[in-house]
Amino acid sequence: MVLAEITGLFLSSLARLITGAQGHWKGCPPTSEQRIYFANHQSHFDWVLIWASLPGELRARTRPIAARDYWTSTKLKTWITTAVFNAVYVSRTRATPDEDPLEPLVETLQNGDSLVIFPEGTRSNKGTPQPFKAGLYHLSEQFPDVQLIPTWIDNVQRVMPKGEVVPVPILCTVTFGAPIRIEPGEDKRAFLERARAAVVALRPGGSGQ
Amino acid sequence: MRWLKSLNSGEQVAFLFVVLFGALLLVSIGSVLWSLRERPEEEQEAWQARWARFRHELNMVWVGACLFWAAWVSGPVGATLLFAVFSFLAFREFITLLHTRRADHRGLIISFFVILPLQYVLVGTRHFDLFSVLIPVYGFLAIPVASALADDPGRFLERNAKIQWGIMVCVYGLSHAPALLLLDIPKYQGRGAFLLAVLACGQIAQAIATSRFRAKPVARRISRSFTMKAWWIGAFAAAFAGALLYWITPFKAGQAAIAAFVAAGCGSFGAFVMQALKRDAGINAWGNRSAITGAVGLLDRIAVMCFAAPVFFHSVRWYFRAAT
Repeated sequence: MVLAEITGLFLSSLARLITGAQGHWKGCPPTSEQRIYFANHQSHFDWVLIWASLPGELRARTRPIAARDYWTSTKLKTWITTAVFNAVYVSRTRATPDEDPLEPLVETLQNGDSLVIFPEGTRSNKGTPQPFKAGLYHLSEQFPDVQLIPTWIDNVQRVMPKGEVVPVPILCTVTFGAPIRIEPGEDKRAFLERARAAVVALRPGGSGQ
Repeated sequence: MRWLKSLNSGEQVAFLFVVLFGALLLVSIGSVLWSLRERPEEEQEAWQARWARFRHELNMVWVGACLFWAAWVSGPVGATLLFAVFSFLAFREFITLLHTRRADHRGLIISFFVILPLQYVLVGTRHFDLFSVLIPVYGFLAIPVASALADDPGRFLERNAKIQWGIMVCVYGLSHAPALLLLDIPKYQGRGAFLLAVLACGQIAQAIATSRFRAKPVARRISRSFTMKAWWIGAFAAAFAGALLYWITPFKAGQAAIAAFVAAGCGSFGAFVMQALKRDAGINAWGNRSAITGAVGLLDRIAVMCFAAPVFFHSVRWYFRAAT
C-alpha cells in the first residue's frame, strides 16, 4: 500500500512538473460532496491530469473508469489501476445480453464515491468533443442527488499526441464548471446535448484552434 | 571604500545583499505607507492603475533579488540547478503560448530533454567555450532537423523560428546567470551579484520614471508604458549604481559604469521585446491564460535577466581575455 501511495505521489508530481495541472474551480468549490465529473477526452493523460489537479483529500474518493479487458491484461496495469488509482472496471463487451454495463458504476455511487467519466466513450482529436453517450443520463437519472460537474481539459493533446511516448512540457488547465442536473421533463437527447454544451462552454477563449 | 576593499569576496557579496534587501525593504515599506495617503475621489482610478503597475515592478525586483540570493547561497551546483529549473519552467510557459503542431513534438523533446540539461551541465562544469555555441550553432541545426524528419512542411519556418527563439531566451539567455557566478576572473570570483544589483537599480529607476514623468511611448501599440526617457533614466541609474559598486568588480569606476549601463539598457530593451511578443500572442501577461490559481508568469519576471546576462557575460569575458 505504501508503494502505491508513493507511485501516486510520483505520478501526480510528474503531471504537475510537465503540465502544471492547474485546477480552475469556476463553477463550484472543491468539496468532498459526491460528484460525477464528466470531461472531454483527448489523451491517455486526461485522467492523470484531472486526478493531479484535485486536492489531495479528494483523490482517494474520486475514482476513474478503466476498461476491464485492457487494464487487467498485465500485472502492472492491474496494479496501477487497482492500487494506485482505485479504478472502477467496466466491460466493453457484454457477457450476457441482459448484463448492465453501468452496474459497477452504480455500485460505486451507492458506496458514496465520486466518479470521473469521459462520456464521449473514446478519445477525439478534433478539438470539439463528439456526441455524448447515454451513460451519463442513466446515472444521473438513478442518482439525482449526485452533482454533475462539467469539466474541460485544455491543451493536453499537445503534451502527448497520439503515437508519441515522451510528453512535452506544456501548461494544461482543468476547468470545473457549475453543476448541472436533468430538468423535469427533459429527454435524453436534449440533456446529453446540454451536458456537452456545458463542457464546451468551459473552453478558455481562443485556445481551441 | 578601503574598508570594503579589505573584506574578502564572500563578505563583500554578503554586504551587497544586505544593502540590496535593506533598500528593497525600505522601498516596499515606503510605498505601502505612501499608498495609505488620502486622495481625491476623481484621481482614485488612475492612481489605482499606476499603483498596480508599480507593485508589479517591485514584485519583479523582489523575486529577482531572492532568486539571486538563493543562487549565491547555494553555491555553484545549487545555482546551476536552480537556474536550470527556472529555465525549464520559463520555456514551458513560452511553448504553451505558441501553437505547436504534432510535427514539432520531437523537436520540442530535443529542446527540453537534451539541449536544456546539456547547456546547464556545460555551465556547471565551466566549459564556457562550448557553452556559448551549443544552442546557436548545434541546437540551431538539431531542432529543425528533428522537425523536418516529421514530414510536415506547413508553416515550417514559423514553427521552427518560434522554438529557436524560445530556447535562445529561456535557456541560452538565462543560463548566463549561473555562468556569471561561475566565471573565474582572477581574484574576483562570484561577482554575479554586481549584475543583479545594477539591474535592480535600473529597473526601479525606470519604473519610477515611468510613473513620474509623462512621456510619449515609443511604440504605443506594443507597450503604453515604455518610453525612451524612462529607458535613459533607468540605464543611467544603473550606471551610477555600477560606478558606486566598482569595488566589487574587477573594473575601474568608469568601466563599471559603462558595463552597468550596457547591461541595464539591454535588459530593459529585452523586457520591451518580450512585451511585443506577448502582444503578438494576444495576452497581457505570461503564464496561464485564464489565470485564477497558481499561474506564475515567470517569464515576465526573468525577461530582463534573460537579455542582460548574456550581453554582460560576454563583454566581461572579452574584456578579460583582451587584458590577459
